[in-house]
Amino acid sequence: MQKEMYEKEPLVQVRHLKEYFPISTGWFKSKPLKAVDDVSFDIYPGETLGLVGESGCGKTTAGRAILHLYKPTDGEIWYKGNPIKTKQDLRQFRTKATMVFQDPYSSLDPRMTVEDIIGEPLDINKMYTSRQERRDRILQLMDYVGLNSEHAARYPHEFSGGQRQRVGIARALAVNPDFIVCDEPVSALDVSIQAQVINMFDELQEKMGLTYLFIAHDLLVVRHISDRIAVMYLGRLVELASAAEIYEDPFHPYSKALISAVPAPDPKTARANKRIPLIGEIPSPLNAPSGCPFRTRCPYAQERCAEEVPELREVQKGRFVACHRVEELN
Amino acid sequence: MALLEVKDLHTSFFTDAGEVRAVNGVSFNLERGKILGIVGESGSGKSVTAYSIMQILAPTGKIVSGSVLFDGQELVNAGEKVMRDIRGNHISIVFQDPMTSLNPTYTIGRQLREAITLHTDTSKEDANKRAVELLRMVNVNEPEKRVKQYPYEFSGGMRQRVMIAMALACEPDILIADEPTTALDVTIQAGILELLQEIQARIGMAIILITHDLGVVAQLCDDIIVMYAGSVCERGTADEIFYNPCHEYTKGLLRSIPTMDNNGQRLQPIEGTPIDLLNMPKGCPFAPRCDNAMKICIHDRCEELEINEDHRSSCWMNVKKAVEEDAEGNV
Repeated sequence: MQKEMYEKEPLVQVRHLKEYFPISTGWFKSKPLKAVDDVSFDIYPGETLGLVGESGCGKTTAGRAILHLYKPTDGEIWYKGNPIKTKQDLRQFRTKATMVFQDPYSSLDPRMTVEDIIGEPLDINKMYTSRQERRDRILQLMDYVGLNSEHAARYPHEFSGGQRQRVGIARALAVNPDFIVCDEPVSALDVSIQAQVINMFDELQEKMGLTYLFIAHDLLVVRHISDRIAVMYLGRLVELASAAEIYEDPFHPYSKALISAVPAPDPKTARANKRIPLIGEIPSPLNAPSGCPFRTRCPYAQERCAEEVPELREVQKGRFVACHRVEELN
Repeated sequence: MALLEVKDLHTSFFTDAGEVRAVNGVSFNLERGKILGIVGESGSGKSVTAYSIMQILAPTGKIVSGSVLFDGQELVNAGEKVMRDIRGNHISIVFQDPMTSLNPTYTIGRQLREAITLHTDTSKEDANKRAVELLRMVNVNEPEKRVKQYPYEFSGGMRQRVMIAMALACEPDILIADEPTTALDVTIQAGILELLQEIQARIGMAIILITHDLGVVAQLCDDIIVMYAGSVCERGTADEIFYNPCHEYTKGLLRSIPTMDNNGQRLQPIEGTPIDLLNMPKGCPFAPRCDNAMKICIHDRCEELEINEDHRSSCWMNVKKAVEEDAEGNV
């Protein structure tokens, strides 16, 4: 899958994406909070790209900025080789790129029936010619996500968490997208239900050739579902590689610490696991360190790391790392 | 004698919709210095079991029957005075959410002092010294400065350390940790789990760790109890539960999580949805979702069967297996 992937054109290209939020620091004074700072990566058709990192690293903001739910401060998103610039481009793009949100309890309007929740994107994009066509399409979508057609007239509160997430997914599928940003879609669900939803994502991808940007903090789930994984730290991408490479042999010092902290659901492995501890705490994105964002906690930091921001560069075929010392350390 | 003996505990919540049987006959023993994990999904009754031991249930909740023996002393119906002495001094609890369990208007020092002076005869100065000492024990940097700060000046991981320090203030015999790391990031979680292990080794208290995360129990626990719908379905040492699961629910749970080995394969989820506690079935509570459910599973609940010395399970499949093995042996 890997090799053929690179021969294809990327479906979505993220180019130097920046998302700054102004934070007021006094009367008429404000400071930018750099939630996403100069992030670039490509997403290939048919793949699942996992985006991981800890709370506050900017992964959710990045996902939303890609869909222009936040207007990017700077940088461009390209879809199928064309930049999204005008309002028409964006309107077009939004029928091809949709989102599944984290919390199935607050992302569905409690006063709408499931039928209307799933049908709303169809209404907005005028994707039907008759009531019957609308209804058929909604029932088809419900069938895709494993919801019973009898449930169409029900309200969200009548569903369990897992079923609500299915409604959210059906809604995201309504416009026939190629690309779905999934923002922590299973983290609010119980373990046994999580597996049902993860499998559904897999099946839908096979059936419809979907491309996912899968944002999550549960690293075992991300590894399971992703072809490639991008690791973010303090608004920047620090490593991007295949899922197996990130797990078995991470290159960036932060990825190493992150992976080693995952508790394996297996007592023998867990007892044998040597964690690489991280010193201190994640700095506030308002006062991000100069140079490499990770240098304040990195055991290998040198003077150079404080002066120059390390570029995300390709150190091996298809393997990108943002670290000055990556060659000597690995 | 075990430090804590829970026998056939039944706890219900009396709501307008009816009686919700949150805990349905739970029994277990906790030995001194052991770490016991209670695993289950939401609504399995794992937290309510802990709250019943501490008797800190919501007003609608009530222990219907059963017994909780701490060091031989009966706690159920022992009265509030006895419980006040038990809580904090002998059994203390750390909650899931470190963001809401601290009072935002008091300094960390004052809140720690409160825990100390409530249970011991300590002067304010001594309590202050003890507070600093406790923060140092849970690896908070610059504890002298930190005691004067407010909760908002602490990160999530640091607040959870403060909560653990508070729980340890009177050197309890048992620490109940209710999803202590669920709200935290993995690297922070790893630090807290190591801290719990380290303190346990140093002080020698027993820990009851309640979690839904199988990775966390695998790392920390000596023994594990698996709960479903308010009952214990399987219990045993960590190795027995993970490498030799003998209840269909435990097997399903272990199959449904992504691990290092099943990568690239489809997960095998447990179909269906969790049980409605208002309408409990007569037989095995897991039978409606079980792929291998037999007739007997629907009618009769299986008693706890001994798999071996370290392992018990309430699943009819074990009986079926034994009968089949027996038949083969005879041929």
